[in-house]
Amino acid sequence: MEIKKTALAGTLESSDVQVMLSQGTNGIQFDLDSDVAKQYGTAIKATVTSVLNAYGIDNADVKIVDKGALDMVIKARTIAAVQRALDIVDEPNWEVL
Amino acid sequence: MKNSVNRELPDAIMKDLDYKPFESVDFGQPEIQRHAPKVRATTGTDKVVDSLEKVVTENLEDGMTISFHHHFREGDYVFNMVMCIIIDHGYKNLTLAPSSLTNTMNDIVIEAIEKGVVTNITSSGMRGTLGDAVSHGALENPVIFRSHGGRARAIESGEINIDIAFLGVPNADEMGNANGMNGETAFGSLGYALMDARYADKVVLITDNLVEYPNTPASIEQTQVDYVVKVDKVGDPDKIGSGATRFTKDPKELKIAKTVNDVIVNSPYFKDGFSFQTGSGGAALAVTRFLRQSMIDNGITASFALGGITKPTIDLLEEGLVKRVMDVQDFDKGAAHSMKLNPAQQEISATWYADPANKGAMVDKLDVVILSALEIDTDFNVNVMTGSDGVIRGAVGGHQDAATAKLTIISAPLVRGRIATIVPAVTTNVTPGASVDVLVTEAGIAINPNRKDLLETLKSVPGVPVYTIDELQQMAEKKVGKPEPLEFTDRTVAMVEYRDGTIIDTINEVKD
Repeated sequence: MEIKKTALAGTLESSDVQVMLSQGTNGIQFDLDSDVAKQYGTAIKATVTSVLNAYGIDNADVKIVDKGALDMVIKARTIAAVQRALDIVDEPNWEVL
Repeated sequence: MKNSVNRELPDAIMKDLDYKPFESVDFGQPEIQRHAPKVRATTGTDKVVDSLEKVVTENLEDGMTISFHHHFREGDYVFNMVMCIIIDHGYKNLTLAPSSLTNTMNDIVIEAIEKGVVTNITSSGMRGTLGDAVSHGALENPVIFRSHGGRARAIESGEINIDIAFLGVPNADEMGNANGMNGETAFGSLGYALMDARYADKVVLITDNLVEYPNTPASIEQTQVDYVVKVDKVGDPDKIGSGATRFTKDPKELKIAKTVNDVIVNSPYFKDGFSFQTGSGGAALAVTRFLRQSMIDNGITASFALGGITKPTIDLLEEGLVKRVMDVQDFDKGAAHSMKLNPAQQEISATWYADPANKGAMVDKLDVVILSALEIDTDFNVNVMTGSDGVIRGAVGGHQDAATAKLTIISAPLVRGRIATIVPAVTTNVTPGASVDVLVTEAGIAINPNRKDLLETLKSVPGVPVYTIDELQQMAEKKVGKPEPLEFTDRTVAMVEYRDGTIIDTINEVKD
């Protein structure tokens, strides 16, 4: 799947994460900002990648500003960002959810 | 070498600094020869000096140890005033030995380190930019962290030999009689500074409030003081202590506080004449409120409350629920201002409070203490020193000292954000699990398996589920996932003394 437009989900509140997806050409590229990057950087990227893969997105620039979000929050925010980026907010991908 | 809590200690530094590894929380009954200060005899006519600069240049030499207290907390002007003069005059290789370091001092300490003015530091703790700088290897020699009782012990033994103590006070007379209770910048108890006044070779009082002789009550006596320097302002009254004590509305903190109270009330120590220490922080203050109601309901009064004091504890004193407040420092204006009004609010020195090398400290008579934790591990060891990124951002304070109480309760949430509070092994071991009895979280409590008596007493308190600490650790990990281990270099940036002067852990430079 191709990203149609830059899209954002999430806030900068504590325990939330803001995920921004834009069109990319060189696989999935991360720009991660998180206070817990040392401990959970790899885990955060893995969670986001698995959501992108589930939607068949192979190329994307992903900007993540994490405020200590739990895994389920990261997953939910990424799904929301993907639905918006693919312009399919009215047709949720039930299999991914 | 390893110590008894299984921490690997660097042999070379241990040998170099003549340190022994931590063995046990039991201090025993050794005979100790204390160190005594040098005294320059005077009739006192030359004590009042206008120029702080003159006092510094006529008394300070390269390589000396200087000390300060932190009773002005974030409102302190004295530390920066003195250190600026010292830096401007290009002194070198000083040892900084304050009772603790607050954020307002950070920039000047970092500058002093960078310019080689300060090459050694011992403190209760450090935070913010200074903790970050030290954790990134800014200081060549390791910082020595000591508890408040440990610092008192080290000063008495001469391990900390203070050449000059620069002590800010909210009032003093021309001979150096001073207290912390009166004046615009009053902060209450002078507890930590009393050690410096007794043991430093030279004692310099710095005040903005020179009062009529003789000044009473005199917490610091004229017999201890070499100089009295008048300056414009010693501190910012608005930043010395918070005005109104915050009472938490956070449901998680309230749940923890209520459970802490349930543990206390159902323990064998909750009886008439018991004693307690709560410290500051949202949950601790909430505990005081719950405890008040339980004391009224059960017709129980406490013989004393100990340690750092807040207004809610003073309220208990005024209500007659607490008979004495043994006060080493005051965290808010209410507590600071009541000291002069209430003879039952007794100022105590750091040695009286918490020193193990002593003929009995207040903590030795303490029944119940509630302490916090950045991390606690499955052996009940507690970290209050390094953050989740391994960077120094805390203080030992009275944690190790008060943890020797008969019932030591650690109150902590399972997780903070994505960081687990209950971990398989703490990043830095500050307070050994052998002195910790109960962990209280929002999910339930865990009891140190060494305390079989408490396991029995607390096993069926309504609304207080008992887990093993391993179960609580797994609950936390299930929420946040398993973190990748922090990375450190081989370089030691700080040593953490246990209160007896042995080494309980070291802190290494973080790898970024």
